[in-house]
Amino acid sequence: MAVSRDRLLTVFSLFILFSFLAYADSNFSHYTLRILQNIAIFITLAVSYNLINGIAGQFSLGPNAFLAVGAYASAIFTLSPEEKLRSFIIEPMLWPLSVISVPFAASLLIAGIVTALVAILMAMPVFRVRGDYLAIVSLGFGEVFQVLANNSMSITNGSLGLKGLQPYTNLWWSWGICVFTVFCTLRLVNSSYGRAMKAVREDETAAEAMGINAFRIKTLAFAFSAFFQGVAGGLLAHLITTISPSLFTFMFTFNLLIIIVIGGLGSTTGSIIAAVLITWGGEALRFFEEPANLFGFQYEGIPGMRMVLFSVILILVMLFARSGIMGRSEFSWEGALGWIKNKLSVMKV
Amino acid sequence: MDYSFALQQLVYGLTVGCLYGLLAIGYSMVYGVLRLINFAHGDLLMVSAYIGFFGIVIFHLPWPVSFAGAIALTALLGILIDRGAYKPIRKSPRINALITAIGVSFLLENVALVTIGGRPKSFPTPGFVSGAIVVGDVSIPTLSVWVFVVTVVLLTLCMAVVKKTRIGIAMRALSRDMETVMLMGVDKDRVISFTFALGSALAAAGGIMWCMKYPAVEPFMGVIPGLKAFVAAVLGGIGSISGAAMGGMILGLAEVFIVAVQPEWSGYRDAVAFFLMIVILLTRPTGIMGERLPD
Amino acid sequence: MDLLLDINGLSVFFGGVQALNKLSLQIRKGEIIGLIGPNGAGKTTAFNAITGRIHPSEGSVFFCGKEITGWPAPRIARNGIARTFQNIKLYEDLSVIENVMIAAHSSISYSFIEAILGVGRYSRDEARIKSRAYELLELMNLGELASEQANSLPYGSQRKLEIARALALNPRLLLLDEPVAGMNPTETREFGQFLLTLRDNLSIGVGLIDHDMSFVMEVCDMIRVIDHGIPIAWGTPSVVRNDPKVISAYLGTDFNGAMDNHATN
Repeated sequence: MAVSRDRLLTVFSLFILFSFLAYADSNFSHYTLRILQNIAIFITLAVSYNLINGIAGQFSLGPNAFLAVGAYASAIFTLSPEEKLRSFIIEPMLWPLSVISVPFAASLLIAGIVTALVAILMAMPVFRVRGDYLAIVSLGFGEVFQVLANNSMSITNGSLGLKGLQPYTNLWWSWGICVFTVFCTLRLVNSSYGRAMKAVREDETAAEAMGINAFRIKTLAFAFSAFFQGVAGGLLAHLITTISPSLFTFMFTFNLLIIIVIGGLGSTTGSIIAAVLITWGGEALRFFEEPANLFGFQYEGIPGMRMVLFSVILILVMLFARSGIMGRSEFSWEGALGWIKNKLSVMKV
Repeated sequence: MDYSFALQQLVYGLTVGCLYGLLAIGYSMVYGVLRLINFAHGDLLMVSAYIGFFGIVIFHLPWPVSFAGAIALTALLGILIDRGAYKPIRKSPRINALITAIGVSFLLENVALVTIGGRPKSFPTPGFVSGAIVVGDVSIPTLSVWVFVVTVVLLTLCMAVVKKTRIGIAMRALSRDMETVMLMGVDKDRVISFTFALGSALAAAGGIMWCMKYPAVEPFMGVIPGLKAFVAAVLGGIGSISGAAMGGMILGLAEVFIVAVQPEWSGYRDAVAFFLMIVILLTRPTGIMGERLPD
Repeated sequence: MDLLLDINGLSVFFGGVQALNKLSLQIRKGEIIGLIGPNGAGKTTAFNAITGRIHPSEGSVFFCGKEITGWPAPRIARNGIARTFQNIKLYEDLSVIENVMIAAHSSISYSFIEAILGVGRYSRDEARIKSRAYELLELMNLGELASEQANSLPYGSQRKLEIARALALNPRLLLLDEPVAGMNPTETREFGQFLLTLRDNLSIGVGLIDHDMSFVMEVCDMIRVIDHGIPIAWGTPSVVRNDPKVISAYLGTDFNGAMDNHATN
């Protein structure tokens, strides 16, 4: 009974969410819609990033690189042959890539698969040995991606980047993918695979003594997370319509790190909440960096100020509030209804 | 490739290698003692470069004074970072310390960006490092000689300190197993501070010389050298000081020689370290010096 | 065939130090074999080498007639050797029931895709794992604590949980590393009884390391004594107890004290 009630409540909330989006789509400003799409993409990224860092406990610094891989993979497949001919002025594009053009949805799938394959290639050397080598290899890959993208003119168009992408990404795509990602991640986490990931996080030796192949489980977590980051990259590419190798800076990864830490490392619910807060709040904090007129004073705006603030927040949370907003607990209808009942009874008294 | 060309490349490779090596030692020591990748280590190179720059350009201090000042202040900063950010979370899961380390790294970079600005400042190269010594067909820049001599001196000093002094011995013991040190009655925190100070001082020395070679000081200048230095540390067997220095040399030489042999690969220079790292992890994860890889 | 574990000349070197020297040991189905020796004798090293946590330098390990020397730990575990750890290694932040369910991971037949879609063998397997985990918790008297966090349990219950987790692997051989450390005499006696019933009901073999001599003497069929990595005695509890080599190995340690406790208990 509780299961069907929960399912009903979930479907109902999704209905509310999508009704709100429908309303927003026709009533909100372009700028607000852009923020809403950013939120959806950041939820997608944060939830999948939390899987490898928070659930499986393997410190990856890869999201920006995976975003880039996904963005390029999907953009290469959606651009029309004519556009490719126009853009690739220094070196023509490699055949058959130059003539292929697929629908947006297919390109997102390709983006996910290519990115997951890249993750598996990275996992092979890294997860064979214990230690925090994933951090450094995934960080290094971000730099190497730029080098490779700049130098493979006939695939990526080098530093010129890819221009003229169709703005396929809209509110429905971004939120649809977002909901899909959250659904898949939650299902995985609640299965035996998710438990095995947590076991590896808690004690790798004990996990292996219980028959868990830590290498495979870590690789699964990493590839799964990369898949959705790649898809998010495809979304992002067709939102901003122009991509270049240097676009996907480490800043993306750092923002995501802050999100999952503030939300509570290991909690999918926390990642969602924090993604909303930080994406929205981050917009609000932009005024630190932009010239503004505050109370009659001309404020010049300081680039980097937001990042100083963010790094201080990250360190402070790590030192003093390690469990973030949610700790490792998750939202459940059971808990939410109980909480509401509790509040109501307090009010009656 | 003819003989003198090879020798010439050797000179270039060793110069860069020394700088990677100096940076790698700190990485390696801290990892050995705390099992922590101190992401902020590369940024100490930048901090030291700025201190040196301000010492000379703004305060008009003589060269040796700003050099020594940069080393001392950077060492102090290393200790402060450990005390402020890493010490409070020694007992919590490793991923927390790693996240904090990334936070510290970003903080240093962005504080530099906010206070000093992102425009690269040109580092004043002192007269005594300009010019070159020509031997046959090979030209050895005076700077390279300086870099090499300073590195050898610092490395010798560092090894002596670690092998001969009580605190150095405690440090080595600590990187092998904690209990023994507790029994020896050495204050663990003092040993850790010492490790950070020593590693940061070497990074600072490397930073100043880095700027003489590549005279542009900017907030993010430490990121790539930091990454490469970590690779060098793994290459030499992380936790080992001589290994780190050796790893730095190998990386420097590899970068220079790959580009020398295949000039069209020059665009891939920054990717060499990455692929070297992958190869090492696949084939010999204990590093070329064969130190046991801590888990 | 009743022979489960057959170890021949197993040696382990750490750097230049020999932690284990030519250990030979057999464990049959339905037997409880003790492995005892003073601190640092190499007992845990032996367990680690058997279960694949460390690579043995020499010698061979056969399990159910198959050579498993040098296999990776997960593969050995899946083949039917479960163990507990001297310094309790639970998944501390997870619930008690999750701790047990994790050990059943190798028995699931659904892929991660099926898990996401919630189809195929997913629901059936999950239900099976869960009810099996509850069964094992009941067996260890931990049923009521199923949803507690593992590290919130008292020490004795943590030891029991570790055994429940090991049993969830459906092992043919169970290796227990100091299972009664930290238990009081009553708990220890109960645990001894429990171990005997467990062996009889599940007809598994048990390898046991412990410092509580009275406990070891009471439950073990045969005992292997090692000192400084070297096997020095083998026999039934009564033989081992009176072996002069054993007594001298334990000299200056609490062997006699432990024996006295045994008498007064």
